[in-house]
Amino acid sequence: MNRLAIPKTYKLYIGGKFPRSESGRVYEVLSHKGDFLANAAKGSRKDARDAVVAARSALPGWAGATAYNRGQVLYRIAELLEGRRVQFIDEIESSEGVNAAAASAQVDEAIDRWVWYAGWADKYVQVTGNANPVSGPFFNLSVPEPTGVVAIIAPQGRESLLGLVSAIAPALVAGNTVVVVANENAPLSAISLGEVLATSDVPGGVVNIVTGSPAEIAPWLASHADVNALDLIGAGDLDWVELQISAADTLKRVLLPEAGADAAAPALNRILAFTELKTVWHTKAVL
Amino acid sequence: MTSTPLATYQPDQRGLALIGGEATDANLRRYLHGIPGIDAVGLEARAADLGTRSIKTSSKRWAIDTIIGLIDLTTLEGADTPGKVRSLVAKALVPDPGDPGCPRVAAVCVYGDMVGAAVTALGSAHAAGGTAGGEVQRVRVAAVATAFPSGRASLAIKLADVRDAVAAGADEIDMVIDRGAFLAGRFGQVYDEIVAVKDACRRADGSMAHLKVILETGELNTYDNVRRASWLAILAGGDFIKTSTGKVAPAATLPVTLSMLEVVRDWHRLTGVRIGVKPAGGIRTSKDAIKYLVTVAETVGEEWLTPHLFRFGASSLLNDVLLQRQKMTTGHYSGPDYVTID
Repeated sequence: MNRLAIPKTYKLYIGGKFPRSESGRVYEVLSHKGDFLANAAKGSRKDARDAVVAARSALPGWAGATAYNRGQVLYRIAELLEGRRVQFIDEIESSEGVNAAAASAQVDEAIDRWVWYAGWADKYVQVTGNANPVSGPFFNLSVPEPTGVVAIIAPQGRESLLGLVSAIAPALVAGNTVVVVANENAPLSAISLGEVLATSDVPGGVVNIVTGSPAEIAPWLASHADVNALDLIGAGDLDWVELQISAADTLKRVLLPEAGADAAAPALNRILAFTELKTVWHTKAVL
Repeated sequence: MTSTPLATYQPDQRGLALIGGEATDANLRRYLHGIPGIDAVGLEARAADLGTRSIKTSSKRWAIDTIIGLIDLTTLEGADTPGKVRSLVAKALVPDPGDPGCPRVAAVCVYGDMVGAAVTALGSAHAAGGTAGGEVQRVRVAAVATAFPSGRASLAIKLADVRDAVAAGADEIDMVIDRGAFLAGRFGQVYDEIVAVKDACRRADGSMAHLKVILETGELNTYDNVRRASWLAILAGGDFIKTSTGKVAPAATLPVTLSMLEVVRDWHRLTGVRIGVKPAGGIRTSKDAIKYLVTVAETVGEEWLTPHLFRFGASSLLNDVLLQRQKMTTGHYSGPDYVTID
């Protein structure tokens, strides 16, 4: 006897909770062959606004955590991803139409990338901060600090999990909190990552995942006065120049779209893109 | 009860005429316990229903400006200083420095000893007890008194507290009722205290400071008690009934405010007199505040949406309303960096 199929209707991941879209909308997620896979919430501008509020309130805790602690928390995510390998591989196979080996390789690389970025958490300050020489009896120290709330348009092409991880991990390392608009056609990796994050040690609100149409949501995030930085990595098909212009109104840091095989390749620069250099002077104590 | 219409009595005699005798514990208890009970489920359902109205675009813009004009901008901290009161007044006068068209709030609400600082800071913008001037909206000064927030002090001290604040220039006095006496059934004592405080609101020139009576509904436990306390406060001569001090949770809730508005409506039907209502504490978002506007408009009528008859006691509400206002003006979401820090 056949079991009745259980079609899933997923929700958003905002502030550590899984709310429905404020708009009540959902859209069908299809496999590469066009078969029904699941319903995903179609987030609205108000969901994005709520996500920004959640990210803002989570910022002091996450940015204030010790670098060592942030590294541990991020490493724990990699551990949980490892535990859910089968689910991720399955979802990638069905939605991207790749074979099991390719899906498996993608999950492996995504996990490795988490670990790589997690390792940077307590090192990037040492590598990029500096004790500047000055012509006086002063210490002059430059240290990078998180920019704040970062809005990310996740890569929209193939490799949905790897693209998402490559975009959010570097922003988290420095202590930023993140609002990410997921891959519209292949959101299952993002949704499952949300479930991973909810059961990990990441405080609620540090990562907020909005599924739906980037074309609809991105302009609201780009112009939002309480967003400090905008990663347009997956916005190549949108009118991203317009997004960049509205981001300029509130002096956001902006990363431009990337495409191709080495888009969002792991790099220290991706971490530094969402940091601000703080320089302090302090007298050298003479006795 | 007498058949003479209540409206024909002198204002200070109406309460006594309604309860049919002197304001003794027995008379008040007979009257207050004779008031029909509240259907709590029905009340909450009604309040929840009023909260579902969709207010958009031009209505929302009107609502937001109305809310700002109804706010008693409040600072009631032990750490208050004259400097903090001055910055509160500055915010009351120019809530949004980026938009000169933004209306002023109705009043600033401070502790009694800060009234002088508030009056000085307001200067010519002070309402000075009179009605709002024609050209610019003037701002009133409200003072909490009577051993706020607990009310645990002797009557003599409470009255001295009130006289001090009135003498310093307060236009409105927010008094707390003695919840202990109320819950113990000593209604006469509560009544007499309100009457005495009202008398202490008289200024040297014979005019009166407005009296708001704080019921502290969070400590009254039942909707029936809230209704009784509302009647008691109105019978004793309060100009306003106010939900809470903001120091006790739960503070203002929509059902509690709705039940108080119903008492105000009934009193208006009986006597033709309009009593004000002030929900205070716990209203932090424009969305919540708009629900209150809807509740007022649908319970007592839109004519209550003036600073003389309805106020929000709030400190953080103003910033959220300003963010909404900026969103409507600019078309994009604003952030806390674009309003002043309290």
